[in-house]
Amino acid sequence: MAITTAPKMNRRPTPADSTFRYMCLGAGVLVLIVLGLITYTMTTKSWDAFSHMGLSFFTDKRWDIANQHYGALSYIFGTLYSATIAILLAIPLSLGIALFTTQVAPLWLKRPITYLIDLLAVVPSVVWGLWGALVLAAPIRTFFNHIHDIFKRVPVLGTIFGAAQGKSFSTAGIILAVMIIPIITSLSREVMETVPPTDREGALALGATRWEMIKGTVLPHSRTGIIGAVMLGLGRAMGETIAAALVIGGAAQISSNAFASGDSLPAVIANQWSEADTLQKSALIGLAMTLFAMTLIVNLVANSVVNRSERRRAI
Amino acid sequence: MTTECDQKASMSDQESITNFTVPAVAEETVAPLSDRGETVFALEDVSVFYSAFKAVREVNIGVRANEITAFIGPSGCGKSTVLRCLNRMNDLIPGARVEGKVYFYGTDLYGSDVSATEVRRHIGMVFQKPNPFPKSIYDNVAFGPRVNGVKKKDELDHLVEKSLKGAALWDEVKDRLKTSALGMSGGQQQRLCIARAIAVEPSVILMDEPCSALDPIATARIEDLMREIKSRFTIVIVTHNMQQAARVSDRTAFFTTEINPASDRRTGVLVEYAPTKQIFSHPSDIRTEQYVTGRFG
Amino acid sequence: MAVTTRISGIGGGGQPTTRTVAPDLRAQKSWRRTKSGIMQWLMGASIVVALLPVIFVVITVIGKGASSVFTGFPKFLTAAIPNQERKIGPGMGPAVVGTLLITALATAIAVPLGILGAVYLHEYGGRSPFAKVVRFLSNVMTGVPSIVMGLFIYVIFTLNFGYSGLGGALALAFLMLPIIIRSVEVMLKLVPTSLREASYALGTSKSRTVLTVVLPSALPGVISGCLLAVARAAGETAPLLFTIFTVNQTNRNVFSGANTTLSRQIFSNALSSLSGAQGRAWGAALTLLAIAFLFTIIARIASARFSAKR
Repeated sequence: MAITTAPKMNRRPTPADSTFRYMCLGAGVLVLIVLGLITYTMTTKSWDAFSHMGLSFFTDKRWDIANQHYGALSYIFGTLYSATIAILLAIPLSLGIALFTTQVAPLWLKRPITYLIDLLAVVPSVVWGLWGALVLAAPIRTFFNHIHDIFKRVPVLGTIFGAAQGKSFSTAGIILAVMIIPIITSLSREVMETVPPTDREGALALGATRWEMIKGTVLPHSRTGIIGAVMLGLGRAMGETIAAALVIGGAAQISSNAFASGDSLPAVIANQWSEADTLQKSALIGLAMTLFAMTLIVNLVANSVVNRSERRRAI
Repeated sequence: MTTECDQKASMSDQESITNFTVPAVAEETVAPLSDRGETVFALEDVSVFYSAFKAVREVNIGVRANEITAFIGPSGCGKSTVLRCLNRMNDLIPGARVEGKVYFYGTDLYGSDVSATEVRRHIGMVFQKPNPFPKSIYDNVAFGPRVNGVKKKDELDHLVEKSLKGAALWDEVKDRLKTSALGMSGGQQQRLCIARAIAVEPSVILMDEPCSALDPIATARIEDLMREIKSRFTIVIVTHNMQQAARVSDRTAFFTTEINPASDRRTGVLVEYAPTKQIFSHPSDIRTEQYVTGRFG
Repeated sequence: MAVTTRISGIGGGGQPTTRTVAPDLRAQKSWRRTKSGIMQWLMGASIVVALLPVIFVVITVIGKGASSVFTGFPKFLTAAIPNQERKIGPGMGPAVVGTLLITALATAIAVPLGILGAVYLHEYGGRSPFAKVVRFLSNVMTGVPSIVMGLFIYVIFTLNFGYSGLGGALALAFLMLPIIIRSVEVMLKLVPTSLREASYALGTSKSRTVLTVVLPSALPGVISGCLLAVARAAGETAPLLFTIFTVNQTNRNVFSGANTTLSRQIFSNALSSLSGAQGRAWGAALTLLAIAFLFTIIARIASARFSAKR
């Protein structure tokens, strides 16, 4: 069928097409707006507390509600300390799991292991907290005290492994570690999967043992990605609220004793909020700002590290 | 059907290299094919750029109605690029730019008030690798009409049957229209894609190496199909298989690459465009001759 | 490490000859091999160590919660929360209602926005600078601590409109949003370009192509990504502290008035030393755990169907 007149082809895009396009764009813009608003509102609402305390908000370790004296340092310390313990516990476990899954496990075992480890992420954080507070706290205190007895007289370690409380930096560290293992493991696993088989086979062909192959090809190749994964886990550990609130002990103090009770930024906010007056609320929001800034920095660095490793892989 | 290439082989080298001129623009010579057919596409000085890279330069060609026009040439010569200009599929590639004029029945396809979506309703395309939607056979063919606003079930049923018959697929699938299209063989899937293109009742069907992913039997069936539907559509086919072009097309355009001395990259150029018999029996350009006799490419 | 050994000698005619001795290919005992074995065992052991807490938690929750939940089932899930903490016995009815309503509302907000956002990033924005910024910020947003998001909603919403389930749902939705955007974008990337080209070549507009070809293609993966986000949201507590306050009565009106959820109740009851409250906390924990696991399993099945289809 030959058309002899030119067909009309000049309809504009239909309203439906444009509407959809703008809706999608709007969703993207929403992300910007939300983040911007978070920063703005948090800053304004915490201004009262900042102007009241000045810079000593960040450097003072005393948090005295009665005297309206708000120093965040012990909470900053608590957040960092418990998160560090969490990372130290999580790294070897996550790496071990990731390496086992990618290098050692037979094919039929890989998927089940991954599913099982992801189960750690399915348990809601409040359930971890509940378990930690009611079940773990007492026995772990005995365990910590054993360690304390062993290291009592050793110079540095003696102070770190001091007298134990059930709810402490370390208890929180353990719970946080369990919660961040799935993230670190899955990201590390992804990076390790991208090691070129030729590299691995090359090492084995030279007579290397499996561990030597891992040390020589898999780990160097994955190093950047693993660092990024660890940092993302760190960010998550720092921001975790409920589990920490339930098991960290609620004592605002700076102590090198890993087994001592402490407090962290999200935990204190959660615990003190309902009974806080206006100035205290403002101070608590200030703590939230501080936490936001800390996790933001960690996440930004982590993302850039992960991106760099992805770009290197793409070459 | 013996191709003209067989005759070609018997011509001596001496005869073919004497005195030729390389025309700057491919001229259409007087051909036994009737000149009555009207011009569907008229390309004037069409060049295609990908960012700064000139992929094809200054193509001038006129495609006739109800003919099968073949674009042949070595890889990288821009034949697919030119084909995709005809239905503005190059718009989808970031950085792609078309200079010159592409007229479709007298309308400039790249005019400022022309909608690419509308263009594609009138100029359909079948791709190298069959790409049916992961839907049922029925839904694949009905997709285009539904987009065009056909909603009534019996109208859709009728269109689907008509298109599948037009693609010589109806008898094979009429009992399983609701099964997934992905369950068919490659050749069937490609015929489904043709049915899907036919269903929107375009005036032109562009085919970008439609048989290169298919076995010879499936290829033969599609070539038969092309001859059958020629009376209803204008067909432009890109193929790297010269024999296919010789078997199927009425007119053939031969493209090749030139090295651009400035950038040291190859640019596609249209060398010769003439009725197929002529391209394969006594081409005017030595490059055409070398290609069709297999001396290169 | 010796492989083949050549033995030289003098042969019959005074010529030097070499003979090749077959190498010993039996496994050599060596520290290297032992070390490799030890490391592999350690790796396997780390899996066990990591799984121990999950196993313990699940066993404990089931052990301590089963009696609360299953005595007089389904009384626990429907009965009111006792006003006196020390009272032993069910239930968590209001909290169950609250969890379901608020999570459903959060999902209804986050899923469409997340899908639209991902569609923008992959189908419209591409490599444009604005899309890069949005993608980057979306990644940043996945790292916002839940407590910060809760306080944010408190400031812009709760201060103006009071406590309500809607506030809690908003906080949860903004936490879910970046997760959904990221996982849906991954799914969209998996849809082959040839499908989009086929649709465009038929003269289909972009919006229609996305809605009728691309998204249906990616659907199982999209569903599983959303379900995982929902499972996370159902278990979140922190944002709800500031936005729904907490009450012990059922509040079916999710748009006004304070509310309560399972996670919130667990949090308050965990701090109590009364066995009545603690018993209810375990029961609530079991319920919540069951909900989270259910969603995760459904999500896994959906994504398995997705990979089977391709």
